[in-house]
Amino acid sequence: MANALAPQKTMTLGEGGLALAFAALAFLAIVIAAKAYTPGYAFHAYLFTAASIAAVFAIINRYYERPAEPAPLTIDGKPNYSMGPVKFSTVAAVFWGIAGFTVGLYIACELAFPFLNLDLPWISFGRLRPLHTSAVIFAFGGNVLIATSFYVVQRTCRARLAGDLAPWFVVLGYNFFIVIAGTGYLLGITQSKEYAEPEWYSDLFLTVVWVVYFLVFLGTIMRRKEPHIYVANWFYLAFIVTIAVLHIGNNAAIPVSLFSSKSYIVWAGVQDAMVQWWYGHNAVGFFLTAGFLAIMYYFIPKRADRPVYSYRLSIIHFWALIFLYIWAGPHHLHYTALPDWAQTLGMTFSIMLWMPSWGGMINGIMTLSGAWDKLRTDPVLRMMVVSVAFYGMSTFEGPMMSVKIVNSLSHYTDWTIGHVHSGALGWVAYISFGAVYCLVPWLWNRRLYSLKLVNWHFWISTIGIVLYITAMWVSGILQGLMWRAYTGLGFLEYSFVETVEAMHPFYVIRALGGALFLAGALIMVWNLWKTVNSAESAEPAGIALAPAE
Amino acid sequence: MSLWQKHAILEKNSIYLVIGILIVIAIGGLVEIVPLFYLKNTIEKVDGVRPYTPLELAGRNIYVREGCYLCHSQMIRPLRDEVERYGHYSLAAESMYDRPFQWGSKRTGPDLARIGGKYSDAWHRDHLRDPRSVVPGSVMPDYSWLEKNDLDYSHIDGDLKVQAALGVPYTKQDIADAEQDVVTQATQDSPNTAAFAKRYPKVNARDFDGNPTQITEADALIAYLQMLGTEVNFKLYSDQANIR
Repeated sequence: MANALAPQKTMTLGEGGLALAFAALAFLAIVIAAKAYTPGYAFHAYLFTAASIAAVFAIINRYYERPAEPAPLTIDGKPNYSMGPVKFSTVAAVFWGIAGFTVGLYIACELAFPFLNLDLPWISFGRLRPLHTSAVIFAFGGNVLIATSFYVVQRTCRARLAGDLAPWFVVLGYNFFIVIAGTGYLLGITQSKEYAEPEWYSDLFLTVVWVVYFLVFLGTIMRRKEPHIYVANWFYLAFIVTIAVLHIGNNAAIPVSLFSSKSYIVWAGVQDAMVQWWYGHNAVGFFLTAGFLAIMYYFIPKRADRPVYSYRLSIIHFWALIFLYIWAGPHHLHYTALPDWAQTLGMTFSIMLWMPSWGGMINGIMTLSGAWDKLRTDPVLRMMVVSVAFYGMSTFEGPMMSVKIVNSLSHYTDWTIGHVHSGALGWVAYISFGAVYCLVPWLWNRRLYSLKLVNWHFWISTIGIVLYITAMWVSGILQGLMWRAYTGLGFLEYSFVETVEAMHPFYVIRALGGALFLAGALIMVWNLWKTVNSAESAEPAGIALAPAE
Repeated sequence: MSLWQKHAILEKNSIYLVIGILIVIAIGGLVEIVPLFYLKNTIEKVDGVRPYTPLELAGRNIYVREGCYLCHSQMIRPLRDEVERYGHYSLAAESMYDRPFQWGSKRTGPDLARIGGKYSDAWHRDHLRDPRSVVPGSVMPDYSWLEKNDLDYSHIDGDLKVQAALGVPYTKQDIADAEQDVVTQATQDSPNTAAFAKRYPKVNARDFDGNPTQITEADALIAYLQMLGTEVNFKLYSDQANIR
């Protein structure tokens, strides 16, 4: 607000401190770059240097351009929302989504046609596969979660995002982490823990970013004008807190040297396996489930214009889900050297987990009570509701596969890959697409360019998903049965490579499914591009932006 | 006050909500993880299991770097077909020095827990260079760069030092001699082999990649593959016991 007595413009403690911290980091990184053991690590150190210097310049530049007073929390009694970081994350999510789907399609083709590895280290399957998983989970999914959480927490608390530079540090820092992680995989910098591949220095950096993310989120909740914390925010909070705990526990490692990208994990063997899958399964439970359930609890009621079906169900859903999920990790280690009691606990809790999962699904789908007709007319809502249906399907399949006797067949086969993708494509990606289709028009104050194109996106990618998961069911069960097939004389019937050869047609079908899914996503990009760049703004600002409650 | 109303306390106070979340998510992990550090069957030692030699460790790090674990497991389950296909089911003790563990989660290729000694060095070399030259139906990528790249072992003593700090029983001499041990193990008929093998029992020491002039990444990786699953003498155990 303009003030009659314009105060002297001074640098805030945050601006000065952060600029100094980045200057120090730039200095440290350049020393590391000079003494790094490997060129790959030196390259990363230079990236850190460049990014830190850019950050210092950006902070100083911003200081000179901003008004003397910090941005007001409210304007004319209405909250002055901070949507810049939300916009950035939304665009980043779409960008990384396309990148992640493309890499996924490429590695699917590599498995069908191995010459595509081209004898090049950087694009061999073993290095691209972590790039694919990290790009879709952490880059695409992570940016969707950051964007929606920053949007939802502001609207449901009717408060401006806490912090001035902090939200920007979160979104930019997180995406810088993605760049470090992704280029690292291509260069062979990995600690080989699935879904936690980045090495110690990326992990340390992410820890700082994540703590700031938590503080911004919690700080915004504390500023709320509503007495109650909205249910979506419980899920976001559980996601942020638990991922912090898991990340630190699973990445406890000691680097060989400050000048080496290599580290050794403090856990070994069977303990490391348990810690890894405690992390790994809860990356699914809290990153890919709790976080996206938060999206469900805000965007579906908002889009359907109906209240959440049951408030009490959402309370039970929340506590039961986060309590039970943590136990489920050992079902990744059935029949291994992990003690049987731990495997049995993992299996038992995985089966129990079916209940809160379906409770949540029911709460999401039944929110449409009285608005079912919108499924016919609104393809965005349809996408989100179908995502919840996929959620229900995967959370039935998961407990089933966690039963030891089923797992003895399914484990190590493509069935697992198919299961993951019915959750990842059907649930996570679809609810994300739905949220992005809502967010972009709201954030840029435009009308969505074409609902017809959303419809095309929906059907093309649904066919893609169906091809993908059915191909993986057949190949997984087929290979599992071939491994254990015996001849009449009591010998193993198939050599291993015969079971690999039998997979070929299904790998081709899977790649086709992936191509359709990517094609659908590209239609979305075009649609969003036209939306943002259309000249006309949507109806008077405010109507589309009204808070959820 | 009904339970539903009591829940409002959590809904109205963000700090209580965070504390509640922390308590609820801590229980499962603690119950499942902590006992693994003191129960006998997860910490018992088995005769024959020894720390990796520096060359094997370097090879293992290449295995990690190339993401081999994404398609190959190192965990044989106690199921009849697996024991017949791959050998005795895996014991916890066999991965006690594995940081990180390499059990894997997918078998696009076969399990490697007992690959050591099953094929010749020459087979491994050809297979890494061009998998389809020895296994026509394979979908494995070519790894032809491994036999061209010099192995970087200039800091391998640092790797051993960190492992020793974490409890792996490397001696001071193991650390001091680490670089020399790499050369000894990768050299055909090295005069130092006998002394080296005293510190690392049952070790394979030879030129692994068929190129005696150079210590390559293929030397290290093949040395690692050739020792996998060979440490424990399973002739002493019945592989039919505990089959599920």
